[in-house]
Amino acid sequence: MVKVTLDNVSKFFGKVKAVVDLNLEIKDGEFVALLGPSGCGKTTTLLMIAGIYKPSKGRILFDDVDVTDLPPKDRNIGMVFQSYALYPHMTVYDNIAFPLKLKKAPKNEIDKKVKEVAKLLQIDNLLNRKPAQLSGGQQQRVALGRALVKEPDVLLLDEPLSNLDAKLRVLMRAEIKRLQKELKITTIYVTHDQVEAMSMADRVAVMRAGRLQQYAEPEVLYNKPVNIFVAGFIGNPPMNFIEGSIKEISGEYYFESEYFKLKLSKELGALAASKSSDVILGIRPEHIQVAFESKPNAIDATVYVIEPLGRDIVINVKIGEALLKILATPGLKLEPGQKIKLIFPEDKIHFFDKYTEKAIV
Amino acid sequence: MARVSQEELVKRRRRALIRTIIKYIIVIVVAVIPLIPIWLMFLWLIAQSFSSRVTFGIIPQGFTLENWKFLWSPFKMGLKEYPNIWPITLNTLFLALGVAGLEVLISSMAGYALSRMNFPGRIGLMQFIIALHAFPSVILLIALFIILNKIGLYGKGYMTLVGIILIKAGLEIPMASWIIKGFFDAIPWDLEWAALVDGCTRWKVWRSVILPLVLPGIGAISIFAFLSGWAEFLLVYTYVVGEEYYTLPVLIYYLIGELKFVNWGMLAAVGLFFTIPTLIFFSTTQKLLLRIYVGGVKR
Repeated sequence: MVKVTLDNVSKFFGKVKAVVDLNLEIKDGEFVALLGPSGCGKTTTLLMIAGIYKPSKGRILFDDVDVTDLPPKDRNIGMVFQSYALYPHMTVYDNIAFPLKLKKAPKNEIDKKVKEVAKLLQIDNLLNRKPAQLSGGQQQRVALGRALVKEPDVLLLDEPLSNLDAKLRVLMRAEIKRLQKELKITTIYVTHDQVEAMSMADRVAVMRAGRLQQYAEPEVLYNKPVNIFVAGFIGNPPMNFIEGSIKEISGEYYFESEYFKLKLSKELGALAASKSSDVILGIRPEHIQVAFESKPNAIDATVYVIEPLGRDIVINVKIGEALLKILATPGLKLEPGQKIKLIFPEDKIHFFDKYTEKAIV
Repeated sequence: MARVSQEELVKRRRRALIRTIIKYIIVIVVAVIPLIPIWLMFLWLIAQSFSSRVTFGIIPQGFTLENWKFLWSPFKMGLKEYPNIWPITLNTLFLALGVAGLEVLISSMAGYALSRMNFPGRIGLMQFIIALHAFPSVILLIALFIILNKIGLYGKGYMTLVGIILIKAGLEIPMASWIIKGFFDAIPWDLEWAALVDGCTRWKVWRSVILPLVLPGIGAISIFAFLSGWAEFLLVYTYVVGEEYYTLPVLIYYLIGELKFVNWGMLAAVGLFFTIPTLIFFSTTQKLLLRIYVGGVKR
C-alpha cells in the first residue's frame, strides 16, 4: 500500500483546463472520494493517477517515488471503470486472470488467486460465463475482482455504482467500504453522488471546474463548508440560501433580507459584520424548525407545497418571494397556503460573502 | 379514447391486412425476382457441367463426368498442355491468400492507428486515402508495368505473382483500413485503458484485447480481399508471361477467347470449380462476420 501525492497537478486539453493546480495527499490505506458535478475534472484526475493521461504540469508521487512518467503497467494500480470495461471476448475467469497472466505468474498461482478473489466477491459460480451473460451487478463484481486480483497498491474506482439500480447501489456501497477496510488498499473513488462520497469515504475532495474546493472529512464538509458551492453540493435537499446584509442598529446585529429581518447574537453579528456586510445566509433544510405560535425572532412564512418522502417530508415554504425547503418529520398537519413560523437556530446558520462566495462564519 | 363501432373495426382490420399483403408483394418484387435470373444461370452451370447434352438450354440429358476431366487428367489450352487444373488453382490460391494476408495485416494496424492514435496530419491522411481509392487499376497499368520491370518482378514466374499481390493489396489497403477503422472506432476507450492498467503495453493491448473484438471486421475485409485476389484478371493477364503461372480467371478467359470451338461443358465445369473456394471461404468466415460481440456494458 502506498501514499499518493498530487503535487500541483494540472491537465489541459488544448484550451480547456480540465484540472488546475491540484494538490492532494491520500494517506496509506485511506479511502478518498473525488466528488463534483460532471465535467469538474475528477475522472481526468483519476486517469492521471492511473497513468493514462500525463499531467500537463506537476508531479504525482506514490510514497516518495515520482511516477509522473511511468506507464500505467508499472504503477501497480487496480481500476474499475464506470462502464466496467470487461473484455467481452474472455470469460469471467480469463478477465480476472488477465492481469496475472500479464505478470507471467505461474498457472497454479493464477488459478488460486482468481478463485480466492471470486469467492471473496461471490462470483465463483460465474467463472465460465462471458460478460454479456452477466447482470450489471455481477459485471461490477467481476470488474472489482479484476482490479483486486493483482493486489494493487492503489485502487481507483470511477463511478463504479452509477450503472446499478438504486437498491443494489446501496448494497454495494457498504460492500465496497467493507472490502476496502478489510484489504486496507489506498482507494480513490470518483463520484458525482454526494451520498456515495459521504457514506463511503474517509475524506472527500470536492472539485469544481478543475479546481479543488475543499478536502476534508464528511462531517467537516457538512458542518463547515468553505464556500457556497460545497455547502450547496453536500446534503439533500440542498442548503437554502438567502441573500441579504448584516446591519448594526444601536448595538444590535440583524440579518436583513428583502423579505425578513433576523436578530443575531452579538458575537455572531459582530464576527460576520467584521468580514463583510453583503452576505448570503445558508441554512440546511433539516435545521429549520417549524412553529405555529409566535416566538421571539421567528420568521413568517407560507406553506407552498409539501413533498412526502415517507420517512420525512419536505415542506416548501415561501418567505415573501423566496422559496425555502424544510425537512421535517411527518405528522405535521400542513396545508398549502397555511401561515407558519420558522425558527433558524443560530448555531446552524452559515454566512457566506456575497462576492467571493467564501464562508465567513 | 373515442369508441369505435364494430363495422369500423372490421374495416380497419381489413385495411391492415391489405397493407401487409402489399408489403409482401413489394418485398418479392424487389428482392426475390431479381435473383431468379442469377439462380437460373447457376442452374444452367450445374446442368451443363454434369450432362453430355442440354436441351432448351436448361434440361440436362445424360449424366457424365466428362466435363470435369480437367481435375485429374491433362487438358490443352492453346499450345500448352497442363497436367491438370491443380497447378493453376494453386497459383490462384497463392494470389488470393497473399492479397488477403497482406491486406489484413497492414490494414488492421493502419486502421487502429487512424482510429486511435493522435499524430499530425491524421485527418489529411484519411482524406488522401479516400482519394487514393478513386484510381481504378486500369489507368495505372503502364506505370505499374514500369515499376514491376524496374524492381525486377516482371516475367519472373512466381515473383511476378508476388508483384501482383503487392499491387492488388496496395490498391485495396486504403479502403480496407477505412472499413476496419470503423470497427476500431466502436470499441470504447475504457476497454483499452483497462488493459493498460492491467499491465499491457500498447502493442499488447492491440493484440490481445482490441484485435479479438474487431474479428468481424477482419472477417469482412479478408473475404473481400480474398475474393478480389481470387477473381483478379486484368493484372495477371497483363503482367504474367509464362502460361504455367496463369490463374483461373485467365484460364477461363482463354477457354472462351481462343479462336477455336468452345467446349461449353468444360467451360461450365471450370466456372463452377472457380466458385467453390469462394463459397467455402465465405461460409467459414461468415461465422466470424455474424459473431458480433456485445460489450461488457448493458446498453
